[in-house]
Amino acid sequence: MTQAQTVRVSALQGDEAVAEAVRQCDVDVVAAYPITPQTIIVEKLAEFVADGRFRGEFVPVESEHSALSACVGAAATGARVFTATSSQGLAYMHEMLYNVSGMRLPIVMAVANRALSAPLVLNADHGDMMGSRDSGWIQLYAENVEEIYDRTIQLFRLSEDPRVMLPSAINFEGFILSHDKERVRLLDEEPIHRFLGRPRPKHRLDPDEPLTFGAIATPDTYYEFRMQQIEAMNVALGVFDEVEEEFERFSGRRYGAVDAYNTDKAEQVMVINGSAAGTMRAAARAMNAAGENVGVLALKLYRPFPAEQVASHLAHAKTVITMDRSLSPGAPSGPISEDVKSALQGAGMSRPVMSVVYGIGGRDLLTDDGRKIFAMAKEGKSFGPGSLMYGVKG
Amino acid sequence: MSWKELEQAAVVKGGTSASYQVSGWRVNRPVINEAKCTNCLICWIYCPEPAIVRHEGGKVTIDYDHCKGCGICETECPPKAITMVREP
Repeated sequence: MTQAQTVRVSALQGDEAVAEAVRQCDVDVVAAYPITPQTIIVEKLAEFVADGRFRGEFVPVESEHSALSACVGAAATGARVFTATSSQGLAYMHEMLYNVSGMRLPIVMAVANRALSAPLVLNADHGDMMGSRDSGWIQLYAENVEEIYDRTIQLFRLSEDPRVMLPSAINFEGFILSHDKERVRLLDEEPIHRFLGRPRPKHRLDPDEPLTFGAIATPDTYYEFRMQQIEAMNVALGVFDEVEEEFERFSGRRYGAVDAYNTDKAEQVMVINGSAAGTMRAAARAMNAAGENVGVLALKLYRPFPAEQVASHLAHAKTVITMDRSLSPGAPSGPISEDVKSALQGAGMSRPVMSVVYGIGGRDLLTDDGRKIFAMAKEGKSFGPGSLMYGVKG
Repeated sequence: MSWKELEQAAVVKGGTSASYQVSGWRVNRPVINEAKCTNCLICWIYCPEPAIVRHEGGKVTIDYDHCKGCGICETECPPKAITMVREP
């Protein structure tokens, strides 16, 4: 394995790490509108432009709807395109999200996850992206700042793969990761460029040979166009592994679609995504050192959902805990819980599943909370219909 | 057609509706009374579609393949030379 030279170890906030990755990825066009807690990404990129450190076109727009619309036009010309948003901004992009995936444009977007209004709140939960869950975007949740940096680079490669050609979103919790300063080992630019190559779309907008993207379909064809997206998502699951392998070759870093801690031995296994996965792993390690036997399955890739991998890591568990950082009012349980149950059933496995909702509107989940939740699962509490609304003041 | 054969992302050659008949929903059609028409071209300016055709010398006719029957030309015509009549 050839290791890249690590250029420099830097202390970066999550947002800064995204901006740094975008600067290094030879991005042609950025169109974005600032919104807390994503703002630093846009500010940092504007600063790079002002300092002559970013050669791409930076398009300041008047709204998120315009931001993603500008990205659509740019990406249709074959350019490498990036945008970033949060919460209400993502909601305002909602209409365009489907146009991007439907026109098969490999745009990469950073989402500093933030809960939705009302009431107005600036802090994190996954409700914004979960609301856009079915928009046909590849969705990945990072756990720490270095992973945000690495994943941003990886997602350009994954999205632009001719077998995939789907947009992707790198998700990380607002403030918890967007504003947290952590150690990041930045990579050389040259191997990144070699890893990425350039976008190779089949069709490009060209004034000399006019094309219409996403032309009208009828009941006779719409289903088939959308079927192509479904298939591309399925293919993306395999391409994701290739991308990780290629990335590891020059960076020495690999995360997996899921990250398993002690799942092959544990009696209680918790499935969780985002930054809290690290906290829960720390809780589990401490518990296991004290004689317990618990495990954590960190769900990194959310769409496409790695159902077979998830099920295989839960094969040993006596009880499964699912952790949702989003609200789905009226649903039988949270979206991750439903996906995990579906994966279990698809694998012909039956396990008691304790569905937990946590961290809503930026409420912390600490190692002590992990201990409590694992203990409840061991006692067989809350297997219930519905979810345990953990930490809500009752 | 199978989804495996369809062109990805519904990409088609660019073009306009110039060569298509796009007036199927019209209920009333504008008819010009040439005796009253002063060739002022107000209808040509106001028509939201390119459905008023301007000829050499200023004479106007209506392109019924592209006229949607909105009636703006009737409303705007200063000498009241345009009348909307029921489609047969």
